Amino acid sequence: MGVAEEEWAVLMRAAMAGDEVAYRAFLTAITPSIRATARRNLSRFSLGASEAEDVVQDTLLAVHLKRQTWDQGRPIGPWISAIARNKFIDLMRRRGRNAQVPIEDVIETLAAEDNETALDNYDVQRMLDNLNEKQRAVVRSLAIDGASVRQTAERLNMTEGAIRVTLHRAVKALAAIYREQNK
Amino acid sequence: MKTDDLITALVADRGARPMKPRDAVMAAVAAGAAIAAILFFSILGSRPDIATAAETYRFLFKFVVTLTLALSAIALALQVLRPEVSLGRRLWLIAIAPVLLLLAAAAELVVMPSSTWMPRLIGHNMRFCLTMIPLLSIAPLAAFLWALRQGAPANPGLAGAIAGLAAGGIAATFYASHCTDDSPLFVMTWYSLAIGLVTVAGYFAGRRWLAW
Repeated sequence: MGVAEEEWAVLMRAAMAGDEVAYRAFLTAITPSIRATARRNLSRFSLGASEAEDVVQDTLLAVHLKRQTWDQGRPIGPWISAIARNKFIDLMRRRGRNAQVPIEDVIETLAAEDNETALDNYDVQRMLDNLNEKQRAVVRSLAIDGASVRQTAERLNMTEGAIRVTLHRAVKALAAIYREQNK
Repeated sequence: MKTDDLITALVADRGARPMKPRDAVMAAVAAGAAIAAILFFSILGSRPDIATAAETYRFLFKFVVTLTLALSAIALALQVLRPEVSLGRRLWLIAIAPVLLLLAAAAELVVMPSSTWMPRLIGHNMRFCLTMIPLLSIAPLAAFLWALRQGAPANPGLAGAIAGLAAGGIAATFYASHCTDDSPLFVMTWYSLAIGLVTVAGYFAGRRWLAW
């Protein structure tokens, strides 16, 4: 098990125990590796790197919603790789290709391709478009404006509990967008 | 939405903690079996001569087969929850119950005269068997599919089929105590067909509902 993988596992264990800082650090740490793997796979199928961010966001959503499927006693690298691969295959299916994607270790591509940061700020537009008005307002306030749950609650005249429920529904809706399109 | 913003949203959502998928499977076993039991005892009930039947190998062997099937399928269901798992050789677990059954059927052919083979295979209740096992499977199958939805199976169709086998195994265990056809020849033919139907239903349901 590599150093990075060990670090990720430590962060994720702390995150699952409720540590907010560790969770952010975990998601931030795995993102470049997921992105690099996605780009490499896309170029293998002669697709542009602009699609990579779709895969990255889809993978992060699945990592988040399915985090309980990681067995904390097992290595985390293969778990992340499997999720990333599943999301890449989804993308290929949407493009009408039946891709045979090799199982690739996300960790092996670790931070090797940091020179391509230009696209990191790529805005995945479809994300917010697919939410209802209330969900969009909550996500915008929490994620883009960086407001706290309490501030968001005051601003939108909702209870903090209602904000949390709306956010969770919004996250599930974001994860379901592509799945609906696949059907 | 930018990826950094998405991460902020996910961090904010960390309080909504989903159920542990392993717990969900165990809950599904309990709930599915309980509903199947209620249904079974309200519309069928075990056969009146169960006390004497329980002294025969043939009757008892039905439970060996159905419970083996249910337990091995549940063991695999606990595995397929994790996205990085490919069952590979563990899939052979599923073969244990059919192999036991084939051996018993072969033994039946050896010890019984050939004139009794067909009557034993056809039995008395094949239509009933083909109806009741799938009917008793519905609740356990729904429960297992719900539980597997909490997981992230790499192959949704396979996961659904495993749910079908587990549900069929549970249903057949109840049905076996009602059914008066105890010959392995009957079990091999009609129980397999009934459980096979549930498995196919599970496969398609899995493809439909277990993708994530």
